[in-house]
Amino acid sequence: MKIALFIPCYIDQFYPQVGIATYQLLTKLGCQVDFPLNQTCCGQPMANSGFSELTKGCDQNFVRNFKGFDYIVAPSGSCVLHVKEHLKDDQNPSEAQKIRDNIFELTEFLIDILRVKNLQSTFPYRVGMHNSCHGQRGLHLSSMSELMDSTFSKPEQLLKQVKGLQLLKPVRPDECCGFGGTFCVFEEAVSVKMGKDRIAEHAENEVEYITAGDVSCLMHLEGILKRQNSKVKTIHIAEILNHMA
Amino acid sequence: MSSRAEILSAVSQNKPTLVPLPTIDFNELIRYDDLVAQFKFAVEKIGGEVLFFENEASLFESIRLQQGQNRVINTLQMNDAEKISLSKEHASDLESVHTAYFRGEIGVAENSAIWIDEKAMVNRVLPIICEHLVLVLDKNAIVATMHHAYQKVNVKAVGYGTFIAGPSKTADIEQSLVIGAHGPRSLKVYLIG
Amino acid sequence: MKKVKEHAEAAADFIKDGPRTDWHDDTLWFVREKRDLAAHTLPEWEQLREWASQIKNHTLSNLDEYLKNFEINAQSNGVKIHWAANAAEHNKIVHKIIQDNNIQKIVKSKSMLTEECHLNEYLIQNGISVIDTDLGERIVQLRKEPPSHIVLPAIHLKKQDVSETFHRHLQTEKGNNDPQYLTEAARQHLRNHFVESELAITGVNFAVSETGGFVVCTNEGNADMGANTAKIHIACMGIEKIIPKAEHLSVFLRLLARSATGQPITTYSSHFNKPRPNQQMHIVIVDNGRSRQLGRADFRNSLKCIRCAACFNTCPVYRRSGGHSYHTAVAGPIGSILNPNLDMKANADLPFASTLCGSCSNVCPVKIDIHEQLWKWRQVIADEGYVTTSKKVGMQGMALVFANPKLYRILGSIGRKTMKLFPFLVNNKLNPWYKQRDMPEPPKESFRDWYKKQQK
Repeated sequence: MKIALFIPCYIDQFYPQVGIATYQLLTKLGCQVDFPLNQTCCGQPMANSGFSELTKGCDQNFVRNFKGFDYIVAPSGSCVLHVKEHLKDDQNPSEAQKIRDNIFELTEFLIDILRVKNLQSTFPYRVGMHNSCHGQRGLHLSSMSELMDSTFSKPEQLLKQVKGLQLLKPVRPDECCGFGGTFCVFEEAVSVKMGKDRIAEHAENEVEYITAGDVSCLMHLEGILKRQNSKVKTIHIAEILNHMA
Repeated sequence: MSSRAEILSAVSQNKPTLVPLPTIDFNELIRYDDLVAQFKFAVEKIGGEVLFFENEASLFESIRLQQGQNRVINTLQMNDAEKISLSKEHASDLESVHTAYFRGEIGVAENSAIWIDEKAMVNRVLPIICEHLVLVLDKNAIVATMHHAYQKVNVKAVGYGTFIAGPSKTADIEQSLVIGAHGPRSLKVYLIG
Repeated sequence: MKKVKEHAEAAADFIKDGPRTDWHDDTLWFVREKRDLAAHTLPEWEQLREWASQIKNHTLSNLDEYLKNFEINAQSNGVKIHWAANAAEHNKIVHKIIQDNNIQKIVKSKSMLTEECHLNEYLIQNGISVIDTDLGERIVQLRKEPPSHIVLPAIHLKKQDVSETFHRHLQTEKGNNDPQYLTEAARQHLRNHFVESELAITGVNFAVSETGGFVVCTNEGNADMGANTAKIHIACMGIEKIIPKAEHLSVFLRLLARSATGQPITTYSSHFNKPRPNQQMHIVIVDNGRSRQLGRADFRNSLKCIRCAACFNTCPVYRRSGGHSYHTAVAGPIGSILNPNLDMKANADLPFASTLCGSCSNVCPVKIDIHEQLWKWRQVIADEGYVTTSKKVGMQGMALVFANPKLYRILGSIGRKTMKLFPFLVNNKLNPWYKQRDMPEPPKESFRDWYKKQQK
């Protein structure tokens, strides 16, 4: 299978270690992974601000880069969801549709396609689980507390395979962290309050790390933690799953 | 154009393509092993009390024994003339009613609701304005869910009817539950049979 | 006229009181938890939501016929039907009934529609006062403020606040905060108003086309107390309150209270079909933008709403900003998709008062795709030019950069280097991110840089 790696813009620029961990993990698991060199962004920031009609150029660039692959994998639930729901290219509609049908967030790719059951990773720390909203409710990566549904979680299924890891869940299992895209600056007060409240819940569990499937959530929480001079660190799930002793 | 014509025209133009009504499958609905037990549990949870009577005679005896100084209205044992007179009373006259007894038609196990229509009420405001409310219900007239209740009760046959579940209450002051808001301060359900 | 604060600013004011925000957030989260417990008691919960959604979808697709049928059936029951194209007309109709009958004493139970139409203010301007009888509504009425939640109007107030208000207006003991004591005082105070009332205004939870009757749900019994005493009963409803048959009430009554407060049903679910002998019963059917919303394919689902407020209770933004920050009669997530239809300019901020987390859509008993409509409203609002120019220019800039890989890489690299060499350029008061958060550490190389090195 031909797999393309989609590394969201802010991961590429600010958290390359998440991209590196994703690449290394997929390679370890036997995948032939390509990184199309001219990728930029999925277009979500503009679209979520009401300017979806401005994303034409961005979308066309996305299709140009990612057409012709069997799967596209990204360490980001919100970017994958956005592409699945909104990617459009009037000049290449069938290519765009193929991408939408075959783009996966990392944990769902590992569980649903690669069927990973036996990771050889270790991470002997207390880790707080944060369910990033778009991955959870949009891609259905795990069951949701509002729905009367059977309980499951693809990220947790993977984390349970990591040796030494103690996974701790906050009391409110899937409350939003408050990042919300441009919300984080245009509704700064509510955004930060939401982030602080999440952090306080994880603090009750005395975690050493907080993990999530989306770097946007982690960037926001990390910003608050550092301002609080907290010892708690944030780490993307790809980095944990890729972590060796 | 009248507002009526304007509104109906706009709705007719703007409504989406017709889609069908769903079929409610009664096999999907919750079932209770013991309807009476579930009903009792629901009444108590909602702040009411359940008492059991073998037959009407023992029930009427119990009502008779509880007569005291307070004004009590027992609609179950009223004759037609008394009912007509009661139906004409105004709220200001009925404010002084301490306890009122009514016959309920159907009880709903899932939520303790009891259907009572204006014929059984005799006076529409009486079940609301009395201080303490007693609803008398045949033990065998308890159904599992609201779906079953609407099958049995013809809500359009009367001018007014209501499902009553528990005494009146409010939690509007800092979410503290207070029983006895504007309506009755207590509800007792007398199950016969 | 005082300028109405946009949500972001009003919310920032609300949050300044940290402990009070935590209390407001915890209180509403507790209501959400009660809803979860109630939903869990029914294995058929998700099926119920699906049935409710389909019944409402069907009704909207045949709404004019159902409305006409409703009118015929109500009229044959001896009820008078009025049609109001907008809020102003609704207010005039109610006012006329009051005037024609020389009414002085009016009680009103909870009706969000009358809030939307600003009925109370209109009547006051015409020298008529109305007593709101729902306890929460009476409290905010005495305080001269709007309700902050459509089911729990006084949720933003602590018992001390209520105590002070009742001490001032009802002469209760100063400093006595006991909810039991305060409720009893309200009961006594309002009882006189009920008994003397000449006209009762109620809302409508559900209007049944097949019977021409309507259902009003309360816990306090205040709607029934007023309507069953007064010689005139006016019920106000939006056109979307129609459901086809009485049997459909079973679906909605099983969902409504469980979604709203976690109770299996409200204390009273009262079916009004005919007036009492010697009583007048009126129903005012109101459009006020609803038929326009019906014509918006992306947004018509919002008309399915049964006003349970489950979306409010689950919304992490609402819980931390309070209903008043939404500056409308119906706040919260549902308000944010209804209000732009009423006045797009005034309510352009509301669809952005959200992280699009999707929790609201999951708790909605009638399966309104609230979070998806929030996203779609943002497109409409930007199209109509109600997004600030600076934001628009910023987005245009972004779009240009992301369409051009080389430009993206150059700017990314420059950005990171600048942050590293001159951190004060971003770490300052002008950067809203930096107010309470540190900026991320700029790495030496991007992922792409690392990858390219790898490939060599």
